[in-house]
Amino acid sequence: MITFILYKTILASLILIISLVVAMYSTLIERKMAGFFQDRLGPSRAGPWGLLQPLADGIKLFFKEEFMPNTADKFLYILGPSLTMLIALLTSAVIPWGPDIMINGTIYALQVADINIGILYVFAVVSIGVYGIMIGGWASNNKYALLGAVRASSQMISYELAMSLSIIAVVMMSGSLSMKEIVAQQQGINWNIWYQPLGFLIFLICAFAETNRSPFDLPECETELVGGYHTEYSSMKLGFYLFAEYINMFISGAVISTLFFGGYHFPFIDRLGLSQNALAVAGFFVLFLKITFFGFLFMWIRWTLPRFRYDQLMGMGWKKLIPLAILNVLITGVVVLLNR
Amino acid sequence: MTSSRFTWYMDSLTSRSKVVSNKKMTFLERIYLPAILQGMAITFSHLFRKKTTVKYPEVKREFSDIYRGKHVLKRDDEGRERCTACGLCAVACPAEAITMVAEERKPGEEHLYREEKYARIYEIDMLRCIFCGMCEEACPKEAIFLTKELVPSEYQRDLLIFGKDILLEPSDPNKRIDISKRQTQEVLEFKKDIRQKHNKKINI
Repeated sequence: MITFILYKTILASLILIISLVVAMYSTLIERKMAGFFQDRLGPSRAGPWGLLQPLADGIKLFFKEEFMPNTADKFLYILGPSLTMLIALLTSAVIPWGPDIMINGTIYALQVADINIGILYVFAVVSIGVYGIMIGGWASNNKYALLGAVRASSQMISYELAMSLSIIAVVMMSGSLSMKEIVAQQQGINWNIWYQPLGFLIFLICAFAETNRSPFDLPECETELVGGYHTEYSSMKLGFYLFAEYINMFISGAVISTLFFGGYHFPFIDRLGLSQNALAVAGFFVLFLKITFFGFLFMWIRWTLPRFRYDQLMGMGWKKLIPLAILNVLITGVVVLLNR
Repeated sequence: MTSSRFTWYMDSLTSRSKVVSNKKMTFLERIYLPAILQGMAITFSHLFRKKTTVKYPEVKREFSDIYRGKHVLKRDDEGRERCTACGLCAVACPAEAITMVAEERKPGEEHLYREEKYARIYEIDMLRCIFCGMCEEACPKEAIFLTKELVPSEYQRDLLIFGKDILLEPSDPNKRIDISKRQTQEVLEFKKDIRQKHNKKINI
């Protein structure tokens, strides 16, 4: 029992550290990519190839003035970014990061919590994410922040529906809500994307909207709303908001890879004749590659597409994606029924 | 009334113009995905393009030979100041950046100043200067030139009022500033050309 708790604690802290480091360096990669896409070089002064830039940014944020508006609600004002950060980190708990590993003859799962309703947990946590932004925008007592927060919450609520509906099709196919089970069914190259291309597309679009990334970055639309919900935030509280976005990107990549791209599975996974632990390492590496690709995709889209107009955003969510998702569920249902 | 040669439907000068139409979009156009993928292909191709960034302090962009940067007050071949403090540069200066105080040359200073009169104080306010090169054009003694060198930025305004200590060319023959590229024969002829406005005699 003690070894079990110890193992889970170590695993949880490792995942925490990995997501933080990845988020830290995504800020650098984002800026580098932004540079490359625009024929520039991006940050290159702090350390070789700008590798120390995230550190410099972090130190800068820590040393900035800790400003709080007079009229702000103190408790909620601090709760906002803390909640956003907490929620962003919580989702990683149910993601299977690799095949089981064997230590001293005992098999351990590379997953913090294998709960049988993994997907529901993901959605539950993601929908609480709205609160972080809403509370922050409300507590700032600033009209721009409030408008940004209202936009963020309506956007996230509208896109959550289509997102859940697109996942229902996957759940119907696999017959399980457990993330581990869904991954296990996508052995080798038998990935869900081949059966659910429409579901994947809807999920991907919704993932962009859920993480408030371009082209759905209306909540922090600087041309209209100054800074959106984090207008009144400074120092590390602002840092938390910005950081949470990158953690969300990382986790979204992990969820997309898990649900549609076979998680840690890769072609010929069982024919390589690797030992269990080597397989776990390889699997984790492959999952990480997939996540990296999605991180890249997030940045790629950001520097390709312009921002949506607000009515277009709402129209797309309610009038296009939700009917499409329902259609997808219907078709999947018929096919599943016929194949039984 | 209007000449037929200047009608509004003249041939376009470039081939870049596109005919805009408001036709109904096809299904593929309406779902936008092909267009998005096209856009992504374009941005992706930019990843591998040559970057336009110049890493400034290490790599310096090459300047034109006749770049108009910081001024220099030239000396003649014997190391004497050419400036005679006539004030034509100050008159020509559209930004009124040049001020000077003239002084008569004393006996025994012939090795320092070429003419009988020289500028005791010669100052250019680099914050006012617009680097147009009018002073260079106006100078009858070929004494002031603009160089390729840049004016560095400072935190205090008075550090940017350059006096003779900064502007004057070193008298050491090895450290002379080469302005031969901007003082070509054509330029000299242009300056002396009496048909030009700047050389016309004005009767007062």
